[in-house]
Amino acid sequence: MIPVTHYIFLSLALVTIGVIGLLTRRNVIVILMSIELILNAVNINLVAFSRMFGTVHGQVFAIFIITDAAAEAAVGLGIIIALFRNRETVLADEMDILKW
Amino acid sequence: MVDSLPTTQGLLPFFLAHIWTIPLYPLAGAFLMLLLGRKLPKAMVSAICVGSVAISFFFACGAFLELVARPANQRVAQVILFEWVPAGTYHLQSGALGSFVADWGFLLDPLSAVMILVVTGVGLLIHIYSTGYMAHEGGYYRFFGYLNLFMFSMLMLVLGNNLLLLFVGWEGVGTCSYLLIGFYFHRKSASDAGKKAFIVNRIGDAGFLLGIFLTSAVLGTIRFTEIVPALTASHLPVGAPVLTAIALLFFVGATGKSAQIPLYVWLPDAMEGPTPVSALIHAATMVTAGVYMVTRTNAIFQHAPLAMEVVAGIGAATALFAATIGVVQNDIKKVLAYSTVSQLGYMFLACGVGAFSAGIFHLMTHAFFKGLLFLGAGSVIHAMSGEQDMRKMGGLAKKIPITYWTMLIATLAIAGIFPFAGFLSKDLILGKVYEHGLLLWLVGYFTAGMTAFYMFRLIFLTFHGQSRVPHDIEHHIHESPKSMTIPLIVLAGLSIFGGWIGWPEILRGSNHFVHFLAPMITSAQEARVPAAEAARAHLGEIALMLLSEGLVLLGILFAWYLYLKRVDLPAKITSHIRGFYNLVYHKYYVDEIYDAMFVNRTKDLATTLGSFDNAVINGVGVDGAGWLTRYISRVSMWWDTWIVDGSVRLASRLIWLVSQVARMFQTGLVQTYMLVIVIGVVGFLTYYFWVLHLHS
Repeated sequence: MIPVTHYIFLSLALVTIGVIGLLTRRNVIVILMSIELILNAVNINLVAFSRMFGTVHGQVFAIFIITDAAAEAAVGLGIIIALFRNRETVLADEMDILKW
Repeated sequence: MVDSLPTTQGLLPFFLAHIWTIPLYPLAGAFLMLLLGRKLPKAMVSAICVGSVAISFFFACGAFLELVARPANQRVAQVILFEWVPAGTYHLQSGALGSFVADWGFLLDPLSAVMILVVTGVGLLIHIYSTGYMAHEGGYYRFFGYLNLFMFSMLMLVLGNNLLLLFVGWEGVGTCSYLLIGFYFHRKSASDAGKKAFIVNRIGDAGFLLGIFLTSAVLGTIRFTEIVPALTASHLPVGAPVLTAIALLFFVGATGKSAQIPLYVWLPDAMEGPTPVSALIHAATMVTAGVYMVTRTNAIFQHAPLAMEVVAGIGAATALFAATIGVVQNDIKKVLAYSTVSQLGYMFLACGVGAFSAGIFHLMTHAFFKGLLFLGAGSVIHAMSGEQDMRKMGGLAKKIPITYWTMLIATLAIAGIFPFAGFLSKDLILGKVYEHGLLLWLVGYFTAGMTAFYMFRLIFLTFHGQSRVPHDIEHHIHESPKSMTIPLIVLAGLSIFGGWIGWPEILRGSNHFVHFLAPMITSAQEARVPAAEAARAHLGEIALMLLSEGLVLLGILFAWYLYLKRVDLPAKITSHIRGFYNLVYHKYYVDEIYDAMFVNRTKDLATTLGSFDNAVINGVGVDGAGWLTRYISRVSMWWDTWIVDGSVRLASRLIWLVSQVARMFQTGLVQTYMLVIVIGVVGFLTYYFWVLHLHS
């Protein structure tokens, strides 16, 4: 049986990739995808610990997160389209209107 | 004495209780005119203004009849409406405690009764006359408004029960006189004449006012009814210097208002006003206010023989002086003006010798015949399309007969022909003066002859002889309308019969007038009269009368000879005595002397003060203050800019500098914030594990 540590390292790797993508990529769609990676890392953690403790609570949470991720992707893409219509760009560093 | 009668309103019959309303009707008329007059039609203006005076006249007649109906020693009615200047107690000069009260009170006694009848009666006739005379003039309502205001002031003057209220009327008539002399204000000479009258009167008024102050300080009362008791109580001897001072100060006021030497100069100039004004104000009523005032305060004058001598002397001098100027004037109104000054001199002469009743009697008859003469002159001027120079008249008798006959009657009256009104009053005066002293009598006597001469000169030049009227005016000559001729006729009647109430005892009369006024005159110098009886015995009243009649006839004859019979003579005579003629013709250069002595000196003073004002008050004071303010404001501005504003700007600059650093964190880029969060989380975790490791 694969020990839980492996899962944790996998999810750690995923989180790291996600965070690096989040910080370095300019394209908002890629940033959104990086967030999905982070969420999936969490899912892996939840399922792994669920399996380790022999309960289903973690799996239920994972299902919730998948649902949430789907909803988030839908809303996020909607926002990106609206943004693109207004500013004709999907690059995060060109969206600096919060700056004074 | 009748002075200290309890006189309350409730006990008085209707008209006597309502004497206080007599001045109010013209006042209401004046208010209406000056507020709404511009919008009213002329007929309405005439109705209101003549009507208001008519109501006053009616009330005056009623009050007079009720007064006469009373016993001779109770003919005093006093109505005190309210306390005007409240009482204040103070120590009199004598040390006694006095209390000064000036009430808004009205006093009707024989003296003021005569005055209100003259004022409202002659005033009413002149108002009626004015409706005709002013019919084609602009400012019709303004004229009548002023005229009504004058009537109010004059009635206040004669009805006031104390010196202060008299002074109110005194100033009121002065103001109206100013307004009416300057009625044609677009003419510079008219507005100048108005100012001259007002300013010359100021000098007299100052004296009068000082007299009032001194009276209240010495006698402790200014009520007419209390003057005699106060005099008695003060125990001041006859001839006391302070009483002489009061009397002389009063007389200074009188010389201003009644045009006596040295303040007579305004009256001839006052002829610039419309002719009805000359008749009403400058002949019949206002100018006689001085005589009224002297008579009103005769108790004080009787205690000051020296002042009496001054009054008599000034009166006689004025009478003669003005008559000589009147002889050579060519302007019909100027002749009448100097004649008025001269006749006022007669009245003061009478007062000065103690014949106050005779003075008032002459005041009344003079109001009749001089009012008539002025109105007649107005009618002549009206007929002549505004011409006033007698050298351009002549032969008008046939063309304007009513004016001619009425003026002739007035001239006979003023000349003193028996039995016209003027004869009776003038003879009464001359008789009294003769008792007093020969010199004054001679002056008065000679003046009477000159009066006859210059008045008949006026009549002959205007109405008789060859016409010297310019051709373009000649065919315009017409008799005046009825509104003007009827007052003339009424006044002519009064000039004939008006004097008969003073028919002398020596001619089997009873001299009601003098007896009527007798309670008003206190005779402190009673002793003087019997002493004079001796002098009278020398010549006798009848002889005096005949003597003056003779001189008057001589004067008339002389005028006839010079101006009708030998018309070439006057020019020859004047060329013979060119220098003297010029002196008299230019009124003895009195105006020029006054100009040189006072007027120009006052102007010099004003110029000096003006340049002082300009240089010091304006230059140093005002401009200096301005400069200082500006300088201070510069400093203040510097302070504001650099210190107050500067500190504010410094603060803002500092904040801006800080913000330059702070804004760097605010990039607006989501990923920067994310990076900070990640660094934070990593840092926190690192710290957390480090601490955990440390404690385990």
